[in-house]
Amino acid sequence: MINAGWRSNRFLGLSALGSLLALILGCTPSHPQSTFDTLGPVAKSQLDLFYLIFWVAVVVFIAVGGAFLYAAIRYRRRRGQGDPEQTHGNTKLEIVWTVIPAIVLIAIAIPTIITIFDNADAPILPKDGGLLIEATGHQWWFEFRYPDSDVVTANEMHIPVGEPVTVNLDSVDVIHSFWVPKLAGKVDMVPNNPNHLWLMADEPGVYYGQCAEFCGISHANMRFEVIAQPRAEFDAWLLAQAALPFEPVDPLAIEGKDVFLSIEAGCRGCHTVAGTSARGRLGPNLTHFGSRRQLASGILDNTQANLRRWLLDPNEVKPGNVMGEAAAIYVNPDKALTEPQISALVAYLRSLE
Amino acid sequence: MATLTFPIPRPIHPTGVWGWITTIDHKRIGILYGITAFVLFLTGGIEALLIRVQLAAPDQDIVTPEVFNQLFTMHGTTMIFLAIMPMGAAFFNFIIPLQIGARDVAFPRLNAFSYWTFLAGALMLKLSWVLGAAPNAGWFAYSPLTGLAANPGHGVDYWIVSLMLLGIASLAAGFNFLVTIVNMRAPGMSLMRMPIFTWMTLLTAILIVLAFPVITVALIELMFDRTFGTNFFVVSAGGNPILWQHLFWVFGHPEVYILILPAMGIVAEIIPTFSKKPLFGYPVVVLSGVTISFLGWMVWSHHMFTVGLGPVANSVFTVTTLIIAIPTGVKIFNWLGTMWKGSILLNTPMLFALGFVGMFTIGGLSGVMHASAASDAQQQDTYFIVAHIHYVLFGGAIFGLMAGIYYWIPKVTGRMFNEAVGKFNFWLLFIGMNIAFFPMHFTGLDGMPRRIYTYSSEMGWSFWNGVSTVGAFLVAVSMLIFVYNIAKCWLRGEPAGDDPWDARTLEWSIPSPPPEYNFVEIPVVQDRDDWWAQKRRQVRRAVPVAGGSEDGVEHSIHMPQASYWPFLVSIGLFIGAYGLIFNFAVAALGGVLAMISTYAWSFEPVNEPEETPSH
Repeated sequence: MINAGWRSNRFLGLSALGSLLALILGCTPSHPQSTFDTLGPVAKSQLDLFYLIFWVAVVVFIAVGGAFLYAAIRYRRRRGQGDPEQTHGNTKLEIVWTVIPAIVLIAIAIPTIITIFDNADAPILPKDGGLLIEATGHQWWFEFRYPDSDVVTANEMHIPVGEPVTVNLDSVDVIHSFWVPKLAGKVDMVPNNPNHLWLMADEPGVYYGQCAEFCGISHANMRFEVIAQPRAEFDAWLLAQAALPFEPVDPLAIEGKDVFLSIEAGCRGCHTVAGTSARGRLGPNLTHFGSRRQLASGILDNTQANLRRWLLDPNEVKPGNVMGEAAAIYVNPDKALTEPQISALVAYLRSLE
Repeated sequence: MATLTFPIPRPIHPTGVWGWITTIDHKRIGILYGITAFVLFLTGGIEALLIRVQLAAPDQDIVTPEVFNQLFTMHGTTMIFLAIMPMGAAFFNFIIPLQIGARDVAFPRLNAFSYWTFLAGALMLKLSWVLGAAPNAGWFAYSPLTGLAANPGHGVDYWIVSLMLLGIASLAAGFNFLVTIVNMRAPGMSLMRMPIFTWMTLLTAILIVLAFPVITVALIELMFDRTFGTNFFVVSAGGNPILWQHLFWVFGHPEVYILILPAMGIVAEIIPTFSKKPLFGYPVVVLSGVTISFLGWMVWSHHMFTVGLGPVANSVFTVTTLIIAIPTGVKIFNWLGTMWKGSILLNTPMLFALGFVGMFTIGGLSGVMHASAASDAQQQDTYFIVAHIHYVLFGGAIFGLMAGIYYWIPKVTGRMFNEAVGKFNFWLLFIGMNIAFFPMHFTGLDGMPRRIYTYSSEMGWSFWNGVSTVGAFLVAVSMLIFVYNIAKCWLRGEPAGDDPWDARTLEWSIPSPPPEYNFVEIPVVQDRDDWWAQKRRQVRRAVPVAGGSEDGVEHSIHMPQASYWPFLVSIGLFIGAYGLIFNFAVAALGGVLAMISTYAWSFEPVNEPEETPSH
């Protein structure tokens, strides 16, 4: 494991006790965004710090709470009791209870600062051959670009297992935040203020991510997935994504392509499908839409029924989204897609593997 | 003032509603502040209940996403600016002159103006629900979500102008109490003899005076962006949204101490009273309050750990934030020292004060967890932070304020509340708030972001969200019990007497409720906890001062008289602020009314010549 390794056993004892807490919360697959079930060095380093402070806090709370409880019970007013001794203070005691917290806080500050600097940059930078992905926040979906391979996708970010990945973060509208709890803590996507983070997945799998900065009406519906694959699988995926999609052969899909590229439907004004006249950049790139696991920013499985539901009324799935609010086919009833057109579009989009 | 060529109308001994509208008596203004703030607190509570109902189970659509966003924006803004701050102001108004042995505040009419302008701002914000659209960008209003491009409606405009009004009200009150405490203390009350609540109020006033100009700058820039097309925060024109965050949190973090210091002051009065011991380590408690107020200016970027300020800035703000835990801890330890070997009475105010200590300690400790920037990366903008702020602001500030209400209500009304109901009120609230807010620690660490209007059942957040909602309703029930107990006390309580708690500070040396002039004779202070010392010496000493009289005949004490003008200036500001949103002609009209009223106010003598008694 890259530079976070020296720390991995450091708080083992604390972590063992802390697993009790993790049990309360569960770290099974039914808790896909649990910060306790870490599967990457960055999230792990942040959890280690949490445990350190957590156990200090437990000790402090029991000590302080216990002392207050003891005092409240032991010194309860008794009938006929006179005034207690009017003590005004005790300098020695007051120095002690100033210095002890100071020492404890220093013990928290030092590993914190080490972790902050460790997590600032990936151990293998993009300029030294590390993988670089450019993530851009939109209201309300995530766009991912692989600048070395000319691949653009949306809502799912593929990474190779066991390799540090640098993710550059930007936004085209308001502030979003990039967060994959099991891999790394969040970093905001701020327009006019590019950020970056790095993460690494220890195991292959699908990791849930979600926008963590309030970004408007569909903030809750802005999710994504990180798919960690063995290197060979990742390379194959990248290659397939870089290729042009196959021309549709199914007659319905061919009809769908015509609808997609028609001026009346207007899809191509905002969406790109490589190898066609659709080169819009406002909405997600749909070149390999059929290969994606999810649609509508990670809130629906990419099935035929869900795609139909989405095309029928996007605002019902994701309130306020640009397509539902601005596209003529959804704003102007005269231009609305007909049932056969929707079926054709569904066939075409699903053919874009 | 006989040279005036035009008459300025002035109420002469007004009664009824006019009596309240024109009052400049700090006690009446304090009551107005308290009742208004509590009603607004209940409205914020209703907003919270709607939020909790929506989140009680996954995939619900009881309110629309837009309304949900308005609910949490209004809930946060209401609780901070319309409930906790003005409840603090209610205590400043009622208690401070009594504690320092004064007959009123330094600027009584400015005090009335503070209240009416606060009410104008509160109405402006709350009316947005019915007048158009409520703000929907969060109480922190991060740019560029507040810009015209992302937010074309008028909700943000309501938010801006109401915060401007509230800022004017807060600044006027801040200056007023700063001057009052510095200048109007009774003879002999040196700074280090001041009651601790007065000390914390002084610090709060200083923080208000320094913090509100910063948010005002940010608000004006945002208003200019939205109204006049400037580009402070407009991203497409190169504006930097992080500027807003810095301005907001340079105000926003001291604001946290503006909310919590008065509650700390209240608790530091109650614990000594019901332990029958002086505050342990008084000078250190004062010093730690001063230190918190000072360090409170150096930690703002801990609200911005995930913004990308870089590892150096994050490390520096981690350290400053950790340091602020030290004076906070010192305060808690000194309260413990106060109770040690005391004679402790666990009645309602004391229970609330101890509840404050316990809940605030939890909030403080989770605060240390996100003071560590690296650990915070997983907590920022999750329900873990929601848990933290509710332990600090509900378990902390609200418990402290409720302790204060139970403690001083016998002084305010002259009547006693029902102790058994009070205790039940405490325990139900204590249990309810922990059921409501503790599970938020779990959901937050389980990856639930804040400000989402819905969540999917596959996320595993359903159970604890359901529990939180149950707790929220327990809190609501205990608040109704509180209203019942206080209302019954006020209307039909047993007479409380002047000093029911055998308390320590000067407000307990005068009748309950206090007469309009407070003190027949201005006391001469010889001790910290002077009233306690006086009682134990069995000797009352006081010297007559100008306006006082040996026999305590009240007609010879000159109090400043009621005035229309503060109220009218506030109405002018309200109209002007509304005009800023919709119509500049209306704004000008309001401005003219405010200006004329300000002139009339400044030419109005403190006492009408014909009202001045001849002797």
